Order: sequence, then C-alpha cells, then structure tokens
Amino acid sequence: MSDARARILARMSQGLGRPCPDTVARVQREDAPMARQVVHHVADFIARAHALQSTTDRVADMAAVPAAVARYLRTAHLPLQGVMWPQFADLDWVAQGLALEMRAPQSDDRTGVTGCFCAIAETGTLLLHSGVGLSAAASLLPETHVAVVPVARIVTRMEQAFALLRSEVGSVPRALNFISGPSRTADIEQTIVIGAHGPRRVHLIVVDG
Amino acid sequence: MHATSDRFKSNARERLDDAGLQANLRRFGGGFAERRREAVGRVDDFEALRDRAAAIRTEVLENLDHWLLAFEAAAQARGTRVHWAETGADANRIVLEIARAAGVQRVVKSKSMVSEESGLNEVLESAGLTVTETDLGEYILQLAGEPPSHIIAPAIHKSRDEVSALFAEHHHTPPTRDIPVLCEQAREQLRPRFLAADMGISGGNFLIAETGSVAIVTNEGNGRMVTTLPRVHVAITGIEKVLPSLDDLAAVLRVLPRSATGQDITNYVSVLTGTRDPGASDGPQENHVVLVDNGRARLLGSALHEALRCIRCGACMNHCPVYQNIGGHAYGWVYPGPIGAILTPAYLGLENALDLPQASTLCAACEVVCPVRIPLPELMRVLREESFSRGLRPWHERLSIRLWRWLALPPRLYGVASGVAVRMLRALAGRDGLLHRLPGLDGWTEGRDMPAPQGRTFREQWRQRARRPS
Repeated sequence: MSDARARILARMSQGLGRPCPDTVARVQREDAPMARQVVHHVADFIARAHALQSTTDRVADMAAVPAAVARYLRTAHLPLQGVMWPQFADLDWVAQGLALEMRAPQSDDRTGVTGCFCAIAETGTLLLHSGVGLSAAASLLPETHVAVVPVARIVTRMEQAFALLRSEVGSVPRALNFISGPSRTADIEQTIVIGAHGPRRVHLIVVDG
Repeated sequence: MHATSDRFKSNARERLDDAGLQANLRRFGGGFAERRREAVGRVDDFEALRDRAAAIRTEVLENLDHWLLAFEAAAQARGTRVHWAETGADANRIVLEIARAAGVQRVVKSKSMVSEESGLNEVLESAGLTVTETDLGEYILQLAGEPPSHIIAPAIHKSRDEVSALFAEHHHTPPTRDIPVLCEQAREQLRPRFLAADMGISGGNFLIAETGSVAIVTNEGNGRMVTTLPRVHVAITGIEKVLPSLDDLAAVLRVLPRSATGQDITNYVSVLTGTRDPGASDGPQENHVVLVDNGRARLLGSALHEALRCIRCGACMNHCPVYQNIGGHAYGWVYPGPIGAILTPAYLGLENALDLPQASTLCAACEVVCPVRIPLPELMRVLREESFSRGLRPWHERLSIRLWRWLALPPRLYGVASGVAVRMLRALAGRDGLLHRLPGLDGWTEGRDMPAPQGRTFREQWRQRARRPS
C-alpha cells in the first residue's frame, strides 16, 4: 500500500510541477461572508428551527424542563417512555409521570432526551458531540428527540461553534453531529417525507436561566 | 461500475423513446432548480458565499498533496487507519481485506459515489458478504439492480408505482401509491439491518486536514446509523475532497445544500474523527479511510484541473436541458450531466466517452449555478478540442470541419458562398418563412423549425453602409 501512496503523491507533485511542500501558508481571509445576518440569537434560532420543522418550547430554568417534556409528549399523544442523558439525573422526572432511563437507547425506546453542546442561530441547528454519557444513539434511534438548549449556548454561526469546541473541549470528540430538524427523505418522486431513518420529531426546549 | 459512456448516442436515443422515463423526468426534474432559487434568495449575498467556497477549493488543489498528508497524519494520530488506492479495484480489495480481517458478515452502506465508480458492492457480495444500501434511493436501486441516475437523488427516474412494485416483490407488501407508506416500509426493513451490521461503509463529502476527520452530509439519518452503530466504519472517498480546516467546512456548507436540494443546511452533518471515545456507549471500535485516486491525481495541473473543485451538489445536472431530457443513465457512468461530461472522459479516457462533451449547447446554465464556479462549458470545449486534435471524431465530422475551414479562410470565397447559401435557404423555406426540413440535416429539423435568414447578409449590409456617406 505504501507503494500506492508514493505513486499517488508522485503523480500529484508532478502535475503541480513541484515537490510536495512541508508547510503551506493559508490565504488570510476576512471573516466568512455571512449567510443571512443573525439579528437576534434566540429569536432567529427559534424561527429557523421552525423552518426545519423542529418544534420549540421556552422555559425559565432547568427545573422547569421535566414539566415541559411531559407537556410536549402528552399533547402529542406520545408514550412517556424513553432514555435520557445522565446530565439530567437531578431533575424531578418522576413527579411528571415520565419513565426516562439513564442508559443508551435500544431500538424500541420511544423518546430520547439529550442536551446539546451548543446551538447555531444561522440555521437553527443543534451541535451534539459524542463522549461518556452523551449517547449519540439517543438523538438517532428513538422516533422522538427532545433536546434541551440553554439560551447561553446559542451561537451565531458554525465557526463560533467550532471555536467554542476548541476552547472548551480541546481535541475534537469522535463524532460531532449537527442536527437540523427531524430526518427526512425526498427520494421518491421528490416528495419530502419526514421521518426517514432517524427521528420523526425534534422538539427543542429553550431554557433561559 | 460497468461503463456504457462509449455508446452515448444510442443510450440517449433509447431514453428519449422511453415514454415512462420521459414522463418521470418531466414530473420530477424541475423541483431542484426551483428550490435552489428560493434558498439562494433567502441569503444576503450568495455570490460572496460562492466566491469563498471556490477560493477555498482552489487553494486546496494548489497543494493537494500537502493537505492530504496533513489529513493522514491527523487521522492516524486519532487511531484511524488510512489506506491509499490507485484504482477502484484497489479500493475494493482494501475494503474486502478490512472486512475479512475484522470477521465482518453484514455490511450497511450509506451513499458513496466513489464506491459506485469501483463497483464495491459486487465485489463484497461475491466474497459472501451481505451488503445493504440504506439511502432510500440507493436501496430502491439495489432492489431494482440499477445504477444511480443522479448523484444526490439516485432514483429520481423512478415513479412511486415502480417503487411500489419493487417493494411488493421484495417485501411481500401490498402495492400502494402512498409515498409516506413506502418510506415507512423501507424504514422498517432497514432498521434491523443497521442494528445487526458488523461494518458500516460511508462516503466522505469532505476530509478535514486540521483534525483528521471525515465529514458526511445527509438527510435521512442513514449516514449517522452506519457510522455510529457497527463496530467497524470504513469511509471511502476521492483524494480531492480535502479541506484544510473546520472553518473551511463551515464556509463550503453554506453553498453545498443550498445548491443541491435548496436546503439552508442538511438535516445531518457529521464530523467523524477516529474511534469510539473511551467509555462511550457508541461509535466504531475500528475506523478506516480509503483515499481513492482512480484518475484524479493526473488531472492536477492539467487543462481539466478545475473540475477537481467539484463538491458533488448536482446543481449542474439539475439545470442542464440535456440532462433533463435524457436522464442520468444515458451518460453511461457514475457522474451524469455537465460534470459527468467532464469527469467521465477524464477518468475513463476520452476515447471511451467521446460524445459526452458534445452533449451540450454550451448554454452555460451549469456554470451559472456551480457553487465552486467550475467553468464547465470551457472544460467541455477543451475536451472537444482534444477529441478533434487526437483524430477521435468520426470521419464525416472531420471532413466537414476541413471543408468549413477551406471555405471560411478566404474572405471573398466565404462572402460568395454565404450569399448563395442564404438565398438557397430562403428558397427552401415555406411561405411562413420557416424551414421544416433541411436535406441532410434531418436531426436539426426533426423537433423544430428553422427560421429562414431574412434580408441581406452581414457582409452585404456592411458594404452598403461603407458606400453611404456618413
């Protein structure tokens, strides 16, 4: 295989007419041109999440999250069963009649409650990353994904999410999953159908405090 | 994939005569262009976003070898095994060796056009592995035993009734015209396969040199499934897909989904780096990236260099009047439409795809929408020139061009000849001033009339004007 590598690299430097450089200076560019000016982080995030067919709720603080989850599931006539990330262990779920377990999901778990690393106002997108207690399957296998989004974690655009990642986490975790609404397909007759292989519903609980 | 790009004309004729396909192309073809237009309208300055994306891709290609090595080093530092494949066959052999070494039986795949180039599925299946395509369009085509006809909507040539018939045959379900029901059936069929698979194979939309990551852009969630659940993940991708940094990814993602499906962003963008985090409950234990050359490296520095900027959005085919009339299969290989008319001859040899660069009026609709500003018509012209100078065009075409040169070079002869030709055309035209048939050029008048030239020739008018005092 190393022969293949050497030959491919040789073809490239021959085509480019110079030996492969050890270092390359990047072209310095101004801040990326903005795709739509984000005027108000939170309002824009919510509006764009709706455009992606996510639903949202807004609560004052973390203590109000279990009631919001229960309200959403009951209103939508969804089962009160599922899994959640362990970071929400201290909240009072039982009082709301919710049977959410702190474990990785099985395929038949109905709801996955997760947090997020941050959220991006530019497109209404969540960023979740993998790690201990941060099951990636929890936002993928259950048909309903409920994500808790603290207002303080909403950034303007994707570059800021990467900057936050560099400063808070350091090296990139195994998976960065940018999630923008429920899964969908248009592969049959260009007709958009929500709920392809992933969740059919994404509900965002935006937390002010 | 077995190429039929050397038979473009008969392929295209067959597709034009296929009433079912024509109906499907009419019904589903236009949506992409409309959605792109709307998405572009929602941003302040899409042209600036295109400039940025094109500049990044241009910058990468100038030092592609450097960025690939930087990617390799960063990926290896995270435990990813990086493989280099000179040809599609090499890539297939590498993937098969990985599967055998890991004791893999069941493979789930998300969409990879590079694996279509190499015909990976056949190789894995003939080695006794079970391979399931999980992108809905690709799954439909796997059942049908057909190649994709579009790079982002592989089954765009199929109607719901055709899909229903396939599902009824393979799933033993009653036929239905309800598209959500068909999607649900596929979800139910495929979910257990995701869970049972030993190996996930994905493509890679981008490789990130900064972090050694593979970035995958999907809507259905199958890309996440195949890279999250099985114990082995193999990403197979072309060597030109590198971006220096995550910030470059952010910039390019502002134009890719908007140009492709007209979405501001796809439902999922996954940036995958190395193997499962220690102590985490999911993610592959073993992770490989196969870097495939298959004709790409020799395009660097060539007249077709700029085609390597392509980020596979499909906008060029979505806006191409030729593609819209013949569909993707007529092009005879993996990449249809304008970009295919360049990549197919570039990768397979011009002699094996001689008519592809000719299958365009050079209307430039593709260039107008290309998010990385590839001069597609110019590259088609380069290939046309090459096919003439290498003597690959048919004898009658070469003869006509020689005749034309003989006629056009002496100005006086040209003046006389064009004057005669104009009068002949006028005499041939009907009373309505239209030519319904041109003897010897039936192809031109088969589907349309040609207006006969009116008035005097340009040269006659010029002479007249020169005599007139100004």
